[in-house]
Amino acid sequence: MNLQDFLLMRQELLLTLAAIIVLAAEIFWNPAKKKSVIFFAIIIFSLVTAAGMIPSEDGYLFGGMYISTGLMRLMKNILDIGVLIILVQSYTWLMKPENEERISEYFILIFTTLVGMDFMISSGHFLMFYLGLELATIPVAALAAFERYKNKSAEAGIKLILISSLSSGVLLFGISMIYGTSGLLYFYDLSKVFAGGSLQILGFIFFFAGMAFKISIVPFHLWTADVYEGAPVNITSFLSVISKGAALFIFIIVLYTVFPVIIESWQKTILVTSILTMTIGNLFAIRQQNIKRFLAFSSISQAGYILLGIIGANQAGMTSVVYYMIVYIFSNLGAFGVITAISNATGKENIDDYNGLYQTNPKLSLTMTLALFSLAGIPPVAGFFGKFFLFAAAAEKGFYFLVLIAVLNTIISLYYYLLVVKAMFINKNENPVMKFKSDIPTRFGLMICVLGIFLTGFASIIYEYIKNLSFGI
Amino acid sequence: MNTGIPIQYFLILATIMFFTGIYGFLTRRNLITILMSTELILNSVNINFMAFNRYLFPHKLDGMFFSLFIIAVAAAEAAVAISIIINIYRRFTTINVEDVDEMKY
Repeated sequence: MNLQDFLLMRQELLLTLAAIIVLAAEIFWNPAKKKSVIFFAIIIFSLVTAAGMIPSEDGYLFGGMYISTGLMRLMKNILDIGVLIILVQSYTWLMKPENEERISEYFILIFTTLVGMDFMISSGHFLMFYLGLELATIPVAALAAFERYKNKSAEAGIKLILISSLSSGVLLFGISMIYGTSGLLYFYDLSKVFAGGSLQILGFIFFFAGMAFKISIVPFHLWTADVYEGAPVNITSFLSVISKGAALFIFIIVLYTVFPVIIESWQKTILVTSILTMTIGNLFAIRQQNIKRFLAFSSISQAGYILLGIIGANQAGMTSVVYYMIVYIFSNLGAFGVITAISNATGKENIDDYNGLYQTNPKLSLTMTLALFSLAGIPPVAGFFGKFFLFAAAAEKGFYFLVLIAVLNTIISLYYYLLVVKAMFINKNENPVMKFKSDIPTRFGLMICVLGIFLTGFASIIYEYIKNLSFGI
Repeated sequence: MNTGIPIQYFLILATIMFFTGIYGFLTRRNLITILMSTELILNSVNINFMAFNRYLFPHKLDGMFFSLFIIAVAAAEAAVAISIIINIYRRFTTINVEDVDEMKY
């Protein structure tokens, strides 16, 4: 092993370096110009993102504990782009006087979380996987409790950290059972000796429950709405897109590499949880008044749709999951971008407050409509193609009943997404949100999202590219 | 090689500890006690790993290393959780979960 091999993990190393640089900037930067740290950190992070795009060879490090393949690098790049949009969107929020002192903390925590997610995605060993998972969740709890002066933020933070430590405990209990049956922890070695004995299946169930907490699959979803509502808007978008995406990516990799032998068991599990997740997520979303809670339940039901892609266990399934995550990142971040802009300008977060938004802020309303259409899956935008591929992957393996339920759920979801659209365009309001002009970073972030929503739908090259990298069982 | 206590005893102890932790997590009302319950869960996992390693796979140390890392990560987790609990105490002047209920439906 020579020094050059470390280039394989350049994304993680560069991110760690970026966190250290921002820490140094916090110490040595002129205190009067603390605000310019925002630009500095965003530029550093765009450089890291760009460096991650450079093609490189596949390989492994530390005896197979760390694996780097084209698919994993693509997943990391997707997460990087999502985080970049979130950082740009959080500009206005960070400029507020109460957050001024803690700008660099925000960036350091986000970078550290991302390092954890990258290690988690690249892991080839359960120990590496566990360490990455913890590094990805502990800083997020600190971020959720970021607004120290708000009761709700503290409450969201404690709920997140307690639930995540419980879920990692459950997950570890499963891993310890799998270890007990084979004495192995490497994914590759385990896939060779995995026989599907009862202790192994029990271990898998604990493992599944632990992961279900992270992805917020029903019945392990109860923390989601509270944490999403209480956390600052940017952290909510981070949780709903990046954390969930990273957990889904590693979940699908582990399912396909470690547990192919017990495929029948986990297909049944996923079938039931997927139906529950879609239905309950959608039904609860209808009765929400707070827009962040509303999007929390919408993101629960989106996770249910994504399970449809996983259940097929074929190449098309994995392709559709990764593709859907790209679409989902752009659509959800578009919606959250509008919410952030309105919340920063007025502090309003209820759906009723959006009544008559089109009269005062037509551009924001149109962006929100587009993002919601994409989440619902209406044809011209990317969300439709994403859902189409997910359903096609499940139908290919004969899960027609599941696809039927999913299509019915799409209709329910259309109803509540259109409720928000109706509020913005049709409902009358005596006292609508005042007319305001967002600053350049916010508009830039929204523009990227709108472009992404259209381009990912029409550029078939993206789908083909993912397909070449994906694998099935 | 290993005379004395059979492995089943360790596994039964670990399982009892695990479910005691889950029970405590769900029923306790004090945030510190809830945190202790999660520590109980993680320690039951440690016992599991070490018992499996010592009795079934004594020639390798995978399980021992895993439990070392779990202890370290649990400490980090507890540090963050306790700092958030301190913040909760400052905001709500209590650490009883029944009173920390601004968001509930």
